[in-house]
Amino acid sequence: MPTPSTLDDFQRDFAAALLGEATSAAAQALAAQPGFAVYRNTVLRGCIDALAANYPTVATLVGSEWFEAAAGRFARAHLPRDGSLAAYGEGFAEFLAALEPATGLAYLDGVARLDRAWTEVHLAADAPVLAASSLAALLPMELLDTVLVPHSAARWVNSPELPIFTVWRRHREHARLDDPLEWRGEAALLTRPGAAVVWRALDARATSFLDECAQGRPFGVAAERAFAAGSDAEAGIARWLPALVAAGAFTRLEP
Amino acid sequence: MHALTAGVGLKADHFEEALACPAPGLWFEVHAENYLVAGGPRLAWLEAIRAAHPLSLHGVSLSLAGVEPPDAPTLAGLAALVRRVEPALVSEHLAWSRRGPHYLPDLLPFPRSGEALVTVCAHVTRVQDAIGRPIALENPSHYLAIEGHAWGEIDFLAEIARRTGCGLLLDISNVHVSARNTGFSAEDYVDAFPAEPVVEIHLAGHRADPILGERLLIDSHDAPVAAPVWALFERFVARAGARPTLIERDAELPPFAQLLAERDRAHKRLAPVVAAL
Repeated sequence: MPTPSTLDDFQRDFAAALLGEATSAAAQALAAQPGFAVYRNTVLRGCIDALAANYPTVATLVGSEWFEAAAGRFARAHLPRDGSLAAYGEGFAEFLAALEPATGLAYLDGVARLDRAWTEVHLAADAPVLAASSLAALLPMELLDTVLVPHSAARWVNSPELPIFTVWRRHREHARLDDPLEWRGEAALLTRPGAAVVWRALDARATSFLDECAQGRPFGVAAERAFAAGSDAEAGIARWLPALVAAGAFTRLEP
Repeated sequence: MHALTAGVGLKADHFEEALACPAPGLWFEVHAENYLVAGGPRLAWLEAIRAAHPLSLHGVSLSLAGVEPPDAPTLAGLAALVRRVEPALVSEHLAWSRRGPHYLPDLLPFPRSGEALVTVCAHVTRVQDAIGRPIALENPSHYLAIEGHAWGEIDFLAEIARRTGCGLLLDISNVHVSARNTGFSAEDYVDAFPAEPVVEIHLAGHRADPILGERLLIDSHDAPVAAPVWALFERFVARAGARPTLIERDAELPPFAQLLAERDRAHKRLAPVVAAL
């Protein structure tokens, strides 16, 4: 008569068997039953399906066979930590960047960053969107010392060398995929000013400006750091600020 | 009051049709985890459905049979969701899915020991205290012969219901699949299941294992409800009366009208019983 195991022992050994790790003789006997594969498959399938749902553009670009192999490797190395899989897959872009077989598609991890940004924007907390009139009501000197706080549902992605946004949006917008690509860097802003996630191209300097804002730097400092490089700094911020505000990139002003 | 008869598992693809559907007694069930999000269109969508139809929140990840209790942030999120949509039903499974920091997305089995009974009861009570109402506990599908059971599944579920005041969710498809896989009589199980605590019934499609065939049935939720499952449903309703009954479908999603036709079959069986009450 074997000693009855505790609930903790049973679950530790069962989990180890699921993940293909060394485990007890009792768990090995369980894992040898044909039905054990159902659990093993369901766990992995749950992770892979969640990744496919959260990285649809990546999945389309590489095809299901390649995607499932990569997603399976990611899932084994990074099991979910949250019972909700709605946001599962943080770090998948970095995983793809490091994945040897991915090297044939240089823009894959950049596209994954945009898929991730979409998911984060989609699930982010509701918050008011800063109105252009609030900004217009400030005196120029007041504006310089004011922090523009980025919205909880705003993400920006900058790719200095690759046209990731064009690749990504062609898939998302069901546009023609075979038009020639211009091989240059691109940046994008994803926001949720209404019920749906929207996106637009950005100037790389505008993403730097948003980075500065997210660090809590006041407008004057953020604008100078992001746009100072060129002689057209003032024209640059004057052009981009209304676009950022209109897209819902900010939630409020902090003096 | 809107008397629930038969409902349908709600999927995003069917949102518009589900929202507008006028079928009497209709209700919808969603996986609670898909709505444990900070904000955004998902919650707005659920609230719109809730404004038009009764709703059931079905949890899949609380890991009530896990060694560790459901964590406080998840319970707080569930409690907020319950306050937000005021569901007609809230349910979870007799299973575990968490181990240390990890969530293993499945409903895993365990030996029904005295220790397990105490553990599950404590976790059910914790959930019920957090959300301020009873939940219903579902019998899972089984694929393994496990040694060390001190309790039969029916007695175990009935005892949890007695100790915690929770209801039971009888998944008749899981009974059919488990009976085939582990060798017991599905009819005997359905006949012995205590009727009084049952607050909901699940019906779903299953599939034979691609390699082992009919010897191993998989609770895949990707097909119409099979004839033997309808027969077991009839058997339970004839004895126990009507209960809110869900057609579960999670994959190979057919058009909404097709799901609704399956749902109407259950509705036609339940509606006269509900009307006679």
